Amino acid sequence: MKDVKVLGPGCKRCIATAEMVQAEADKLGVPVTIEKVTDYAAIAGFGIVSTPGIVIDGKVVHAGGLPKPDELSRWHQG
Amino acid sequence: MSLGSLTDRAPEAGPSTAKWTGWTVIALIAWGAVYSQLIPFSTWVVETTGVDPNSHFGEAISFFAYDTPKVLMLLTLVVFGMGVVRSFFSPEKTRALLAGKREGVGNVMAASLGIVTPFCSCSAVPMFIGFVSAGVPLGVTFSFLIAAPMVNEVALGLLFALVGWKVALTYLAFGLVIAIVAGWVIGRLHLEHWLEEWVRNIRAGAVDLPSGQVSVVDRIKAGIDAIKEIVGKVWPWIIAGIAVGAFIHGYVPAELLATIMGRDAWWSVPAAVLIGIPMYSNAAGIIPVIEALITKGAALGTVLAFMMSVIALSLPEMIILRKVLSVKMIAVFIGVVGTGILAVGLLFNALFS
Repeated sequence: MKDVKVLGPGCKRCIATAEMVQAEADKLGVPVTIEKVTDYAAIAGFGIVSTPGIVIDGKVVHAGGLPKPDELSRWHQG
Repeated sequence: MSLGSLTDRAPEAGPSTAKWTGWTVIALIAWGAVYSQLIPFSTWVVETTGVDPNSHFGEAISFFAYDTPKVLMLLTLVVFGMGVVRSFFSPEKTRALLAGKREGVGNVMAASLGIVTPFCSCSAVPMFIGFVSAGVPLGVTFSFLIAAPMVNEVALGLLFALVGWKVALTYLAFGLVIAIVAGWVIGRLHLEHWLEEWVRNIRAGAVDLPSGQVSVVDRIKAGIDAIKEIVGKVWPWIIAGIAVGAFIHGYVPAELLATIMGRDAWWSVPAAVLIGIPMYSNAAGIIPVIEALITKGAALGTVLAFMMSVIALSLPEMIILRKVLSVKMIAVFIGVVGTGILAVGLLFNALFS
């Protein structure tokens, strides 16, 4: 089970990012838990400046803008 | 703005790079060919409608038919270029460059980086917290936050397209000066204790994004993404703005505007700044109107002050920033930046009279 956190204050793109992560996981059959982190203090604690950010199993893999599909599948399989 | 992804990627193979570069060059040539045909096109439109080209209505139509494609094309080009340039920067890199910088040098760097760093007003708050908590001085952070929205590619591209490169460069220069000086002043005031309590207590974690190679193809794609995202979003504003501009162009008498917004009316600059604060429009909507005002005899300094005030001091942004700043601090922010804009407007009118 992969633990995915989507960091962002609830903007449109943050929601879209969470949906993309879920869709890609479903496609690949990888079980994931997705948690949206909206608290500014918590987001800053991960060290990113631009949102949305993605944290997989405690590691920041992405910051700023929507992730690309090929990257998503790599993160899920890695 | 979608190029924040810093993960490793395999270097692209040669043929793909060549293909993308080739198509980019072809697209640029096609762009030039279409652009050169715009004047004949607008003449043709007016002739087709059968309206007398020297009538009010004819002038308005010709303005609209020429300006709309011209502005959209120039904007697309500028946004593409900025998209490519911005693929070399990210907010995380900018923060690392600014952390621990002295004031002065730091303010200049922050304002300049504000132009090229991908920025979205929706992430202004996380950016603010991220900068301050990582040891970027408060005044330097403000220089960045003032420059980033004010001196943006849409404003510069549209000014360049509609009013000319001299005014665009002037706007760029004065925008930078305001961001640098206002940030420096706010830093001198030592207002750290006016930040909201919880903001001061955050300590940013070390960012550990794997840095990877970004290929030429990725940069071209970043430019195309920027076009889709920015031009795709602002084009209705531009068309609305040009329509208003066309109306002013055809119908509003020049004497009226020259009296209200002309050089001799000194009070028009402070009035323009005050009116601009609660107004919220992006650069896309306001600049076509501004161009029409200028051609009708409004003074450039007054018009620039109005534009800067509308773009840099907007109520929605203040409401977002209220989450991290106390009301007193927002008042200082508006006061310092507003004074800067006022000074620029008056100076400009005095210099170019």
